[in-house]
Amino acid sequence: MAYYGYDRRQNNPPTSLSRMILQFFHLDGSLLILISLLCGVGLLVLYSASGESVRIVNRQAMHLAAAYAGMLLLAQVSPQTLQRWSPWLFLLGLLALLAVLLFGEIGKGAQRWINLGFIRFQPSEMMKLAVPMMVAWYLSAFAMPPRSMRILMAMLLVLVPCVMIGMQPDLGTAILVGSAGFFVLFFAGMRLRLIAGLLVVAGTMVPVMWYFFMHAYQRQRVLTFLNPESDPLGSGYHIIQSKIAIGSGGLYGKGWLNGSQSQLDFLPESSTDFIFAVFGEEFGWFGVVMLLLLYLLVVIRGLMIAANSQDRYARMLAGSLSMTFFVYLVVNVGMVTGMLPVVGVPLPLVSYGGTSAVTLMLGFGILMSIQSDRRLLAR
Amino acid sequence: MKGKGRDDLMQQARHRFLLLLFAAIAIGLLVRAVDLQVLRQAFLQNQGDVRQQRVVTTAAHRGMVLDRNGEALAVSTPVDAVWANPKKLLSDQDLWPQLAALLDLPLSAIQKKVFKNQQKGFIYLKRLVTPILGQQVMALKIAGVGLQREYYRYYPAGEVTSHVVGFTNIDDQGQEGLELAFDRWLTGVPGRKLIVQDRLGRPVGDLQQLTVAQPGKNLTLSIDKRLQYLAYRELKATVQKYRARSGSVVIMDVHTGEILAMVNQPSYNPNKRSERRSAALRNRAVTDVLEPGSTIKPLTVVAALESGQYRPDTLIQTSPGWFMVKRLTVQDSHDYGLLDLTGIIRKSSNVGVSKIALSLAPEQLWDVFSRLGLGRSSGSGFPGESAGLLSRSGKKGKVKRVTMSYGYGLSVTPLQLVRAYSALAAEGILPPVFFQKVTDGVKGERVLSRQAALRVSKMMMAVVAKGGTGARARIVGYQVAGKTGTVRKSASGTYAKDRHVALFSGFAPVSSPRLAAVVVVNEPQGKKYYGGQVAAPLFSKVMSGALRLLNVLPDDLPEPPMEYASIGGGL
Repeated sequence: MAYYGYDRRQNNPPTSLSRMILQFFHLDGSLLILISLLCGVGLLVLYSASGESVRIVNRQAMHLAAAYAGMLLLAQVSPQTLQRWSPWLFLLGLLALLAVLLFGEIGKGAQRWINLGFIRFQPSEMMKLAVPMMVAWYLSAFAMPPRSMRILMAMLLVLVPCVMIGMQPDLGTAILVGSAGFFVLFFAGMRLRLIAGLLVVAGTMVPVMWYFFMHAYQRQRVLTFLNPESDPLGSGYHIIQSKIAIGSGGLYGKGWLNGSQSQLDFLPESSTDFIFAVFGEEFGWFGVVMLLLLYLLVVIRGLMIAANSQDRYARMLAGSLSMTFFVYLVVNVGMVTGMLPVVGVPLPLVSYGGTSAVTLMLGFGILMSIQSDRRLLAR
Repeated sequence: MKGKGRDDLMQQARHRFLLLLFAAIAIGLLVRAVDLQVLRQAFLQNQGDVRQQRVVTTAAHRGMVLDRNGEALAVSTPVDAVWANPKKLLSDQDLWPQLAALLDLPLSAIQKKVFKNQQKGFIYLKRLVTPILGQQVMALKIAGVGLQREYYRYYPAGEVTSHVVGFTNIDDQGQEGLELAFDRWLTGVPGRKLIVQDRLGRPVGDLQQLTVAQPGKNLTLSIDKRLQYLAYRELKATVQKYRARSGSVVIMDVHTGEILAMVNQPSYNPNKRSERRSAALRNRAVTDVLEPGSTIKPLTVVAALESGQYRPDTLIQTSPGWFMVKRLTVQDSHDYGLLDLTGIIRKSSNVGVSKIALSLAPEQLWDVFSRLGLGRSSGSGFPGESAGLLSRSGKKGKVKRVTMSYGYGLSVTPLQLVRAYSALAAEGILPPVFFQKVTDGVKGERVLSRQAALRVSKMMMAVVAKGGTGARARIVGYQVAGKTGTVRKSASGTYAKDRHVALFSGFAPVSSPRLAAVVVVNEPQGKKYYGGQVAAPLFSKVMSGALRLLNVLPDDLPEPPMEYASIGGGL
């Protein structure tokens, strides 16, 4: 077997109390430490970005507590159970998306929320998990690598929710859902040649998207991205200000709570999507390197979990979730540093907001479940 | 198993590809961070500074205006202006009633102001509040309300000095009078400091003082506040007594040309903005012209003496008391018969001066008047100063020369008149005009021969002597020279019978002249309207008070008693 070496080591009984506790709760120690470090850094930066508002930090701490609870719960569910849930979860998500399009609540110009009376949630967030689960469930039923018909079918499973989310409109989430589904296909063994061909097709689709599907504000964002200085007081303002904030941090940064661009309100959305600029200004290049390293370690640990998994469904899902987390990071940092157009993607675990934190942590719960389950199988 | 092995190879290639992509993107992010935070750090830092730093000016203390003895006539005190950012203030409406109560404004006024200016980032709520009140306002901690340092200009002497000193507007810029004329001297150089501002432009903190505000320089005037008060009090009393329309008094140091007092009625209190209305604002002694009437006659006589054709004892026939030049009839009030030059001045004979005018070279009269400063600006620099009118036709036409000789057909300001009299007093030297205190020697211009000036001075003493037209201008203890004038006001092309200007112009003490003064009372009501009745007593009061205040030695005392002299000698 390919993973023989790992198996032998993992067959050793747990050697310490903390390991026993972690194993009992199906938790992965290194992932837990990395995530908690990120959450801690997040609260610290949020305190500064919110203008030292204890109220906002408290609320975010509550969000994170709920997210941790969700992660802990999902970690107890075995991958097999998840696999059985997958089509139903996907179907539920699809119906919810339809409901949103028909009678969802409108906030900030977009229709994203659904109100069930006792709870308000975004079905698009749920699809970040449901789509990769569904595609992995579908592909795991057939031999690998999947045949073209299966791939086409799988791509349809990805595309339909993506288009529905894009119509809300929520480009950022559509990108994340799309890449989550795409990575499952990648890990399923889709040929690289086919991927290259798909990219070409996607490239030719750009002008079609531009003229027929994109909203005026989205086109504006792309134009602004290409030349932010064309409209420095309007749509280019976000990017210019965030570049200034990050750049003026220099090598060592201005120090915690001392970032003048962010503290003096020059930086818009400083607590949410643009919080990376606050971090960059206050902690400098060395801080940025440390933060990026932390994120990369999370992704690497996730990929290791995927590699260690013997179950195809679990491996595809774990790989997809890890890489989607990476896409999350790249899109946010890319847009804040002016390398990518502005799409509403928060900095994972650091930006203020409950919904994305809960989804991310549920994803980590799935990763932990996969990790602990592999051990049980090996035993 | 072959297929399986191929799959594994494929899988490995796939993973290597993924790791490569992963590493490439991660490195890309780091490179971007280096690009922004290392390579472009200076540029971006500078861009940030441009946005969050701003240079603001700090108000400079305006210089004081002082009288010649250092008494304050205009002082600036630091106060605060309460300003607001309407956008921010709207979010804190709970505290508006307290704010309104502190600022002593109706709540509705604040609401109206804020709602009307919602789009603006800066409005004044109230200016010129005391620093204590400013601190109380700040203690409310209302969002979007701030203070700005200003200076409030206060004029301790109020209406007494208002015409000379003028006033500043709410932005501390000179608007009238010497505040305007010497605005640059009084205004300091505003300081500059670098501040940090937030996105809405509100100052958050000071970074660096670039230049310290330099206070303006003090301005010491020639005005003597004591003389000014005296002249103002007496003028006001006279104007009220005769229900006159307006009036002016100017006192000049005959040697230096310094204005020691300059007052007008009506006046205004510069400390009350509501009183700053145009009619009262004029410094009539400088801006308004009048026909000088008989007060010009000593100048006509001095022109006669200058010509060499006349001596003080030259006799002129004024009978029968009237005289015709072309279609103009010149008339005296009585038939004075044969008069010498002293007699002409003493009796104020129109016929006498007319005959003198006609006997002189055509341009002689005009030349002497012009040399004495009539028809041209005095060069004092006082805002709105009038040059008067001395028409060049006075060099030729007989009628014009005749009317000019007794003070019609030309116009002068009270300031020009007092200056011309100063030249007579100062033995023929015309002084420049100063509103500032003069510290070094003044060089006047000799415009008359010493002899002619001294002779006219002697003649003018006769006016004030018993039985003269200006007898009421007499001052106990001092010899006074002067001339009365009663001018009919011109109205719609002719001269009104019932509207007069009463004038007196003179100087003292004659043996060693020190002060010249002009008194103008415009349109006195009632039976008394002659210069000798209305203006001469006012001149006497003002001049005697001024001479005593300045400790000028009397020159007209009876012989001092012997014991007094011996005590003096003993010392």
